[in-house]
Amino acid sequence: MLAPRSYTREDVVELQCHGNDVCLRRVLGACLEAGARLAEPGEFTLRAFLNGRLDLSQAENIGRLISAKSVAAADSALAGIQGGFSYLVKSLRKQCIELISEIEARLDFDDELPPLDSNMLINLIDDMWHDVRQALDTANYDKLLQSGLQIAIIGRPNVGKSSLLNAWSKSDRAIVTEIAGTTRDVVEANVTVQGIPVTLLDTAGIRETDDIVEKIGVQRSEAAALAADVIIMTISAVDGWTEDDTKLVEHIWKNQKSTGSAIPMILAINKIDCAPYFSVQTFEAVGNSFTKHVQTCAVTGKGIPELERAVLDVRGLDPIPAGGRRWTVNQRQFEQLLRTQEALSRLKSSINEELPMDFWTIDLREAALALGEISGEDISEEILSTIFGKFCIGK
Amino acid sequence: MLLRLRPMTAATTTVVRPHLSPRLSFFFHSSPSILSSSPIANFRPHRRRIFPSRWSPRRSLTTAASSAGQDWKDHAETIEERYDVIVVGGGHAGCEAALASARLGARTLLLTLNIDRIAWQPCNPAVGGPAKSQLVHEVDALGGEIGKIADRCYLQKRILNLSKGPAVRALRAQTDKREYAMEMKKVVESTSNLFIREAMVTEILVGKNDNVEGVQTFFGMNFYAPSIVLTTGTFMSGKIWVGRTSMPAGRAGESASQGLTESLQHLGFETDRLKTGTPARVDYRSVDFSGLEPQHGDEEVSWFSFDPEYHIEREQMCCYLTRTTKDTHQLIRDNLHETPTYGGWVEAKGPRYCPSIEDKIVRFQDKDSHQIFLEPEGRNVPELYVQGFSTGLPERLQLALLRTLPGLENCLMLRPAYAVEYDYLPAHQCSRSLMTKKFEGLFFSGQINGTTGYEEAAAQGLISGINAARHSYGKSVIILERESCFIGTLIDDLVTKDLREPYRMLTSRSEYRILLRADNADSRLTPLGREIGLIDDRRWNLYQSKQAHILEEKERLKAVRVSGGDFAAEVSRLSGQPVKDSSSLESLLKKPHIQYKVLDKHGYGNKLLSRIEKECVEIDIKYEGFIARQRSQLQQILNQQHRRLPEDLDYHSMRTLSLEAREKLSKVRPQTIGQASRVGGVNPADITALLIYLEASCRKSTEKKRQELLRSIPTEADGTGSSLATAAQA
Repeated sequence: MLAPRSYTREDVVELQCHGNDVCLRRVLGACLEAGARLAEPGEFTLRAFLNGRLDLSQAENIGRLISAKSVAAADSALAGIQGGFSYLVKSLRKQCIELISEIEARLDFDDELPPLDSNMLINLIDDMWHDVRQALDTANYDKLLQSGLQIAIIGRPNVGKSSLLNAWSKSDRAIVTEIAGTTRDVVEANVTVQGIPVTLLDTAGIRETDDIVEKIGVQRSEAAALAADVIIMTISAVDGWTEDDTKLVEHIWKNQKSTGSAIPMILAINKIDCAPYFSVQTFEAVGNSFTKHVQTCAVTGKGIPELERAVLDVRGLDPIPAGGRRWTVNQRQFEQLLRTQEALSRLKSSINEELPMDFWTIDLREAALALGEISGEDISEEILSTIFGKFCIGK
Repeated sequence: MLLRLRPMTAATTTVVRPHLSPRLSFFFHSSPSILSSSPIANFRPHRRRIFPSRWSPRRSLTTAASSAGQDWKDHAETIEERYDVIVVGGGHAGCEAALASARLGARTLLLTLNIDRIAWQPCNPAVGGPAKSQLVHEVDALGGEIGKIADRCYLQKRILNLSKGPAVRALRAQTDKREYAMEMKKVVESTSNLFIREAMVTEILVGKNDNVEGVQTFFGMNFYAPSIVLTTGTFMSGKIWVGRTSMPAGRAGESASQGLTESLQHLGFETDRLKTGTPARVDYRSVDFSGLEPQHGDEEVSWFSFDPEYHIEREQMCCYLTRTTKDTHQLIRDNLHETPTYGGWVEAKGPRYCPSIEDKIVRFQDKDSHQIFLEPEGRNVPELYVQGFSTGLPERLQLALLRTLPGLENCLMLRPAYAVEYDYLPAHQCSRSLMTKKFEGLFFSGQINGTTGYEEAAAQGLISGINAARHSYGKSVIILERESCFIGTLIDDLVTKDLREPYRMLTSRSEYRILLRADNADSRLTPLGREIGLIDDRRWNLYQSKQAHILEEKERLKAVRVSGGDFAAEVSRLSGQPVKDSSSLESLLKKPHIQYKVLDKHGYGNKLLSRIEKECVEIDIKYEGFIARQRSQLQQILNQQHRRLPEDLDYHSMRTLSLEAREKLSKVRPQTIGQASRVGGVNPADITALLIYLEASCRKSTEKKRQELLRSIPTEADGTGSSLATAAQA
């Protein structure tokens, strides 16, 4: 393949061999003997980046694609490679630079140019701000793609938490008996929800107990609830809402308040098959503690899809738009986007406070710098170390 | 060889002085009449001109230096013309260069085509304006002259861009052209160590080690010095044009300098051609000002110089504003083919930012009128400069063109507009010291580097003068970083960008201009000026007390608190923001639309501070957040930008660089990554590639060192095990 129409934008020779390991090795050996060397890990991508085929965020997505563990993660990496995000960053940066030059032209050649319309300018900056906001929002999703969701299933003993976990993960991961307090420790099971890896945590039923083992289990349940991304509070439709449930919820709330977190809670009304005439109305009194109500039957698996939807809903994860793959931003990109957003906010207040025009350029420049770091157009120490961290060079 | 001689050069300079005084006192007593006719400060030049270097004890030195040469006997018979620094050209670059060099103690010779035209302002009778004023303040802060002369000879002064922010605010002075030249000439003539001579330099003499040794003139004189500064302005192979008619000239009525271009080309320099122009001058008595908008000077006069000794107010003159009309535009459109550029017989590029009127009309088609300023050229001459109206049209059309302007319907023209074409040397051939990369000791400054403007010239002249003197003493050259000042920005742009049109300073050329303001030029540069040796004790004490005042005032504003009252009420009315009880003066000053004047008005100001000091305090406090932010942006970029590039980098072998980048970088040979990124044709990906190359080779060499270290440890610890250990390492 002749440059520049190859992955690296360099001349590339590709050898196609018979699908046999022995053949491949012999061909490779022949190449090495003839003076070729093996590529360093990531070297092709590095070259593609250096030759301007990819920008830094695209190159990063190639790394993510290779290490993707779920379909959704691979999809999002692909979307990133295709350049949706790169395009956004580039066009935002371009707008910043255009604005800077508009302003600077007026600083140097006032009489030749019409004055800037500050309303138009504010609108433009607002639009940019919202674009950045939206990109920032994908960071949540990105985090989920990379580390997945943790869902803690909590509740009084014997409401069917373990059955729910088993039904959801389609396994017998947790031991289920009629005896209250069977689950003593946290039991994990992995499922995939809309391509997102989810870890379900079945916990010991929370109650006052003197059993020392169960006591520790209860503590662990509470800890799991605090560390989770979503809490599913399970109750039994047979028992309805009890005093103990109220206590339990209040306890969880208190814990959350002391750590300053607000984990969304879903109420799963289990064993719905055993209480067919059960009325949701009963729960309105405690209803505002929960973001969603779902009725489930762990034995039949009824209500599990609804539960999944509820989880995605409460985490603000809209189902992926049909037809469009969705890119996400990683931590490094997130930080620079945040810097951009802050700069744009300051810029707006400078304009509103009627500060001299020259000062507007400082925050615009700040925004442009931050955006340039994302694409790798402006190079900082940080980018260099990213590059050296991602690709093996100079060994 | 010259290098070895340098210490002697310095030593002999100091020996010279005792010889001088008896002769001088003799002169002083014998001809008092000459002295009484000129100001005291002027007596020194005469001794210089009357006693040139004839008694120079350098003769022995010369013999030593030329003993390797063949014709030392011939030299011994004539007077040796040997100096530390030779400055070629007496314009705004040449004057600053010669003054700086001489003030640093270097025996300096200023060669000029015409002594009567020293420091002439061939175009605008003005100094300063946007970005240019920053240059003037900076030159002054370093101990240069242009600001003082402009302060002394102004006809009118105005602050421009007042509302656009403190960093783009600009002082502009209309100057009395003749007075300006005369005052500068007086200073040049009265400076010790500075000698002036009329001459046309035709050749640069170079030594065996790619060093300069001197210059040769048209009449066959040789002048020797280890440092030469060329400031040839528009004179080098200059040619002036009026319409289709041209003649060789540096300026109207002044002959061009011939032969030097060829000498430089012969030495391997790349030369190219640029063009600039100057508008017509009209007789102000023939202008009807009644319908024109007057432009008065500021009531409160501002100053270029930080030295209060030069802050002497004088009566101001008025400028007038007129505009081009439909007739102007029509006349030009009808006759475009008669102008050199559009007729196609002059190809050299003119300044985009100071365009001729025909350029403006062609380029801004939709503007039906352009501002034209009428500026007096002096207090005692009837000439008016028609700013914004330079043209290449033939003379027969020029008067008709002028008469299309309101107020000028019956005007008389004193001098026609003309364009001038001249040779310059693309400045990527210089390093940031303004010394050429090719020849040690050869410096370029001003229009020869492709700039336009007196201020740009003065700034470069100062730097090359300082460095020429330092070079001749064997001291290290001074380099001003891009982010430290506009002078640094100017020079950095010149040496990195492959400029093909005249370069004018603009505020937007500096990325960090909030830090590079007029008000803080002294705090940025005067300490350096002091270190270099151009700031005397008096100036230094003034500077230090000013800084102390500012610091004390900032402390006071932090400490003094206000609760309620008229003052608080006015602050909240002006700013539209509530004022909390017990607010510090500092916090009130930070509010929108609150200036130090408001503090003064309510008796909270500090009466001991000067207006200039108050302004410094106000800006520092009011825009503290922005200044801090820009400083941190700068810091972020700086570490990377200042990363030095090894001198021997082989760009052609870096296959990750684009072909164009390899070529441009090999040509310009930037000194830092920052410079490399500003070279035209080098894109960000190239810089990334370059950085990675550097980082990789740096890591490689650290790794190599580590390996060597590892190998050496067992050798030292245990001689017998060493071979084994090495083998294991390998």
